[in-house]
Amino acid sequence: MQEKGDFILKVEGLSVSFATTAGKVHALRNVDFAVRRGETVAIVGESGSGKSVTVKTAIGILDTNGKVEAGKALFTFKNDNGEEETIDLLTLTKKQMRQTINGKRIAMVFQDPMTSLNPTMTIGDQIMEGMIWHFNTPKKEAWKRAVELLDMVGITDPEKRMKNYPHQLSGGMRQRVVIAIALSCNPDLLICDEPTTALDVTIQAKILELIKEVQQKLGISVIYITHDLGVVAKVADFVNIMYAGKIVEKGRVDEVYYDPKHPYTWGLLSALPDLETHDERLYTIPGSPPNLLHTIKGDAFAPRNEFALKIDEIEEPPMFWVSDTHCAATWLLDDNAPKVEMPKELRARIDRMLKEAK
Amino acid sequence: MEERVPLLKVENLKQYFPISKKFTVKAVDDVSFEIYPGETYGLVGESGSGKTTIGRSIIRLYDPTAGKIIFDGIDISGKMSAADEKKLRTEMQMIFQDPMACLNPRQKVADIIGQGLDIHHLYTDKADRDAKIARILAKVGLAPEHAERYPHQFSGGQRQRVGIARALIMNPKLIIADECISALDVSIQAQVVNLMRDIQKETGAAYLFIAHDLSMVKYISDRIGVLHLGHLVETGTTEEIFANPVHPYTRSLISAIPHPNPAVERKRTSMHYDYFTSGIDYMAGELRTIEGTHKVLATEEEFEKWTKAEKNYR
Ligand SMILES: Nc1ncnc2c1ncn2[C@@H]1O[C@H](COP(=O)(O)OP(=O)(O)OP(=O)(O)O)[C@@H](O)[C@H]1O
Ligand SMILES: Nc1ncnc2c1ncn2[C@@H]1O[C@H](COP(=O)(O)OP(=O)(O)OP(=O)(O)O)[C@@H](O)[C@H]1O
Ligand code: SF4
Ligand SMILES: [Mg+2]
Ligand SMILES: [Mg+2]
Repeated sequence: MQEKGDFILKVEGLSVSFATTAGKVHALRNVDFAVRRGETVAIVGESGSGKSVTVKTAIGILDTNGKVEAGKALFTFKNDNGEEETIDLLTLTKKQMRQTINGKRIAMVFQDPMTSLNPTMTIGDQIMEGMIWHFNTPKKEAWKRAVELLDMVGITDPEKRMKNYPHQLSGGMRQRVVIAIALSCNPDLLICDEPTTALDVTIQAKILELIKEVQQKLGISVIYITHDLGVVAKVADFVNIMYAGKIVEKGRVDEVYYDPKHPYTWGLLSALPDLETHDERLYTIPGSPPNLLHTIKGDAFAPRNEFALKIDEIEEPPMFWVSDTHCAATWLLDDNAPKVEMPKELRARIDRMLKEAK
Repeated sequence: MEERVPLLKVENLKQYFPISKKFTVKAVDDVSFEIYPGETYGLVGESGSGKTTIGRSIIRLYDPTAGKIIFDGIDISGKMSAADEKKLRTEMQMIFQDPMACLNPRQKVADIIGQGLDIHHLYTDKADRDAKIARILAKVGLAPEHAERYPHQFSGGQRQRVGIARALIMNPKLIIADECISALDVSIQAQVVNLMRDIQKETGAAYLFIAHDLSMVKYISDRIGVLHLGHLVETGTTEEIFANPVHPYTRSLISAIPHPNPAVERKRTSMHYDYFTSGIDYMAGELRTIEGTHKVLATEEEFEKWTKAEKNYR
């Protein structure tokens, strides 16, 4: 393990499968990733790559047909006696998770705010609920804190809004309320699963700036799930690129964006429409992701990879480290591999980005 | 250039929805724009700005409160003859955001795609129908055997292709695509957008492309219209809008696009625009020409101020 630092969450060797009528779905295969205290870590990947399953497993809300085949989710926190403690979240029961971890130490914001809000309860009551349940906060104090939270997430007239029901708010306001609820119990870790996908750009930008501001102000750690690489560039310190249930590249955002090593990352970056040039065609990654019902032999990306080597079809590539913080699972980084460069269009684009950044 | 005849002309369109005696939602308020044959017009704006409503008014799902819609020289905003109605049903098609919602799950792909042909009896016999369906499947990059499958047996990108095939088989002159790629992954979005461009090159169809994602709209559109609160606040070529946005709302919208360039993005904050505190009254302004087809909704003073400020922008 080359990952060092003050970790709040360390997921190690996580493999998860689902029992379905068609057979066993191998949703996660040996997932490793870590979140340091006070940092924002993004998980990026196509639909179905396993982003949501990864975090749902870690916080104990895996669907009932899911099974943890292997792995740990080590969470480090200050317990009620003020001592630092590390526990494997996967060994806790649902009840223990609810009592000691969820809401209180780890909070989650989902894609669709409507699914996490109760339509029959005022937003004020919903923000106060967790404080009262976890900490027995007196009602008056909880009210005051709820108003502060609404104010912090940028809702004007917070006192009046306390009595509103979710349907009386716009989509962007609802998502702000969900964030306020998530923050109400002072979590150490905030997990956002595509929190802005349903919102439009102007509101998305405001929510992202809000999450960043809150993160800095409260010093909490954030896991941010998205398939939008622009969003990652805006909010994250670290990024994990996920493909077919496996993390194929991870590193500091700058390392992964300016010096990507995995051909899948090359493909993802190339497929973005370039705001600067007007190419005739957008790059597309050929083929489609593998069916996770079948066991994967070799590198899962090989069939779609124009740079695939012979070994890719036989043996799964290990992680090759290219810096203390940056690694990728591709045989191209092996000493014996032929020298392969990223596509020249992508090279040109990255050079342009670097120039722009100066 | 000036000689070009628009394929679609929307003139002072108003689409109001009375909610109660006292309250009316003005979803679209005095909007005018044109779409020329073979071009792509992108319609952008925040949620609730009226994009879908405009699309639906154009395909006659609503009766316009006021204004005119002219398609290929025919006024389609009022009563129409049966012949014109039929022409419209074939020459104007819509592709929807959620392919699953509009594809009947119990219908085979062949029947979904062939529906338009069936309704308008556009084939001589079964062999002709099958051939037409096979040809269109090939065009959207699906295999002939896909015709026998059901929608749930496809991936999101493939389902979107089925939606496109269904629209294309009618040989439309105008395709209205309402958020048709928003629900898809980046790499699949790219496939669908490439496909739409190829088809446009081949058939000369015009698109009204409605989307949230400005970088994709920029990529695909020749001209763009920016909507806010039911008003068209700015329109022009893609170049004009992106290189020289004049309206404060357009500027805030463009500044909100996250760029995949971390070193730049970390430092940048988006511009904020709040109509209600901005002192701008959309009702007081009118569309004023900046240059060529580039127009902005403004009063005389606002126009002065913004076009001057624009030189200091960037
Ligand atoms: N309850 C379940 N039963 C069977 N398969 C499941 C279940 N939940 C998830 N999966 C499968 O596990 C894989 C990973 O799913 P996951 O929801 O983590 O994807 P994701 O990366 O979050 O995608 P998206 O971007 O679409 O949210 C997918 O192939 C999915 O079909
Ligand atoms: N049938 C209707 N009855 C009443 N109000 C309506 C109706 N259709 C739309 N509206 C209202 O008109 C406004 C514009 O809605 P529209 O669906 O056109 O927005 P949009 O720009 O497509 O938004 P989005 O990006 O969220 O799809 C909204 O305030 C909406 O609530
Ligand atoms: S999962 Fe995708 S295709 Fe299925 S209903 Fe939802 S949006 Fe439509
Ligand atoms: Mg997910
Ligand atoms: Mg809409």
